[in-house]
Amino acid sequence: MAQNAEASTVRAAEAAIVNVPRSLPHELNALIGLVGIALIFEALGWFLHGQSFLANTQRLSIIILQVATIGIIAVGVTQVIITGGIDLSSGSIVGATAMIAMSFAQVSTYARAVYPSLTDLPVIVPVAIGLGCGLAFGVINGALIAYSGIPPFIATLGMMLSVRGVAKWYTKGQPVSFPTDGYAAIGQGMTPVLIFLAVAVLFHVALRYTLYGRRTYAIGSNVEAARMSGMNVERHLVLVYALAGGLSALAGIVISSRGLTAQAGMGMMYELYAIAMAVIGGVSLSGGRGSVVGTVIGALIIGVIISGFTFLRIDAYFQEMIMGAIIVIAVIADIHRQKLRALRAEKS
Amino acid sequence: MDAPAKATVLKTEGLTKRYGGIHALEDADFELFEGEHIAIVGDNGAGKSTFVRQITGVERPTGGRILFDGAEVSFSSPLDARAAGIEAVFQNLALADDLDVPANIFLGREETTLGFLGPFRFLKERSMMAHSKEALERTAVKIPDLKAAIRRMSGGQRQCVAIARAASFVSKLIIMDEPTAALGVQETAQVENIIRNLKSRGIPLILVSHNLRQVLDLVDRIWVFRRGRIAGVVDKDKTDGNEIVSMITGVKDTASEQPSFV
Repeated sequence: MAQNAEASTVRAAEAAIVNVPRSLPHELNALIGLVGIALIFEALGWFLHGQSFLANTQRLSIIILQVATIGIIAVGVTQVIITGGIDLSSGSIVGATAMIAMSFAQVSTYARAVYPSLTDLPVIVPVAIGLGCGLAFGVINGALIAYSGIPPFIATLGMMLSVRGVAKWYTKGQPVSFPTDGYAAIGQGMTPVLIFLAVAVLFHVALRYTLYGRRTYAIGSNVEAARMSGMNVERHLVLVYALAGGLSALAGIVISSRGLTAQAGMGMMYELYAIAMAVIGGVSLSGGRGSVVGTVIGALIIGVIISGFTFLRIDAYFQEMIMGAIIVIAVIADIHRQKLRALRAEKS
Repeated sequence: MDAPAKATVLKTEGLTKRYGGIHALEDADFELFEGEHIAIVGDNGAGKSTFVRQITGVERPTGGRILFDGAEVSFSSPLDARAAGIEAVFQNLALADDLDVPANIFLGREETTLGFLGPFRFLKERSMMAHSKEALERTAVKIPDLKAAIRRMSGGQRQCVAIARAASFVSKLIIMDEPTAALGVQETAQVENIIRNLKSRGIPLILVSHNLRQVLDLVDRIWVFRRGRIAGVVDKDKTDGNEIVSMITGVKDTASEQPSFV
């Protein structure tokens, strides 16, 4: 008799736990947000201009093209944020690596090449050098954060300034132009979108199915537990930040290739858009949660919004103000979700 | 009839830990036999958790020796202790809230494939899920959804995940520090069942607990710590709650009393 009472209490307790309301996975929320925003612009388009927003393949391809380059950065910063960190140096790495890569990609027919004896190099050379520099900058970020205990915000802020300095010093402020055809091909047409999607697929697989991903989420969720379980947390953080730096460099190569020029000021503020894409896509600034899928959706949301504002002929200055407000709202929503999670954990 | 002499699993000789001027643990002589379940009891600050930290490799002792399976050992990290077959469940549980049950059970020891990919080798998720189910079945705790983040689970379920983790990887010795301190009656009973199961598997246990009822129910011998020293050790059958309490508080002790700080 007592045993039955005990068993039914256990069952009731289990049922209560299962019935604690679960929020939808955030990627689904983000997808709903994307579709919703697109439909709003569609409706406004018909209402204000008698035109469709979405039924325009040129517009759709411009949307994804615009967000592809920053999207590449966002994939890298997603992983950094999942570990509980942040990377503010992405935009500066874009600028510096664009300058450096382009300087090894110039044609010999240009009279004032940076390295006159190193022109017409096969495209693999500037790409490898550019990516290598990005990885190196990322390693410095990761090492500072992992081994000196400097908060990621400060370490990457310092790098943001120093690396921008490198970009400006590299050619004493002169833009670098006239790339070889091979280099120019990288940014042509829809290739940046293909690169973005390839990067997204690669890192989605890495985060979801490999040991690298497991360690990344573990460190973000409970770094002490990760350390106690035997993970070399420091080495992993260096790897994550290095990859983020490498992806920023890839974005720098794509951007300079597309515009056929590299300037020291390139990439200014890109880190903030990248972070915004991640946060809107469900990556939590407290670490341990988020995904590449969410970030891609976040990138598309930002793309749709920017394109939508242009479509509705909203003043460019209003666009910036509203974009800033959206980013703040996304972060507030993230903090709200964090609080809900903590409450749910307390209740169970 | 005399029982045959049992092998010693863990022995400490003069184990000492000082944090600067604080003598947290002084001259501890401890011995644990094969298959034995013992409890470490004592008031706050008596040195119980300090002792546990030394023998699990979390800290390095200031003095004395630790002998495991007959050989002197020196653990430079919890990993060394785990490699020697010692598993511990600490009070903070060391669980990652956002990961699911199999991820937590295999934390740091993930089953992987395609090893040539190095840090990017793939996880064998189905295999880890199956092994996790086995590990949990042995604890007889029902967790409805193993793929849910453990943040969603009750304190008892989380504790059982932590214990199942240690119990499935342990080979030589398992240590639990206050495993039921934060649990309700039902959940405490579940954990105590797991401990009985470990006893039937012949795995020695060191249980740190404030709960004397629990201690007298479960273990063979009880080691009493007081003010950084071992005040004494008693057989469960030859003592009672009152004697243990008086040893804890120092009214009566079976070891000579010496000042525990200089």
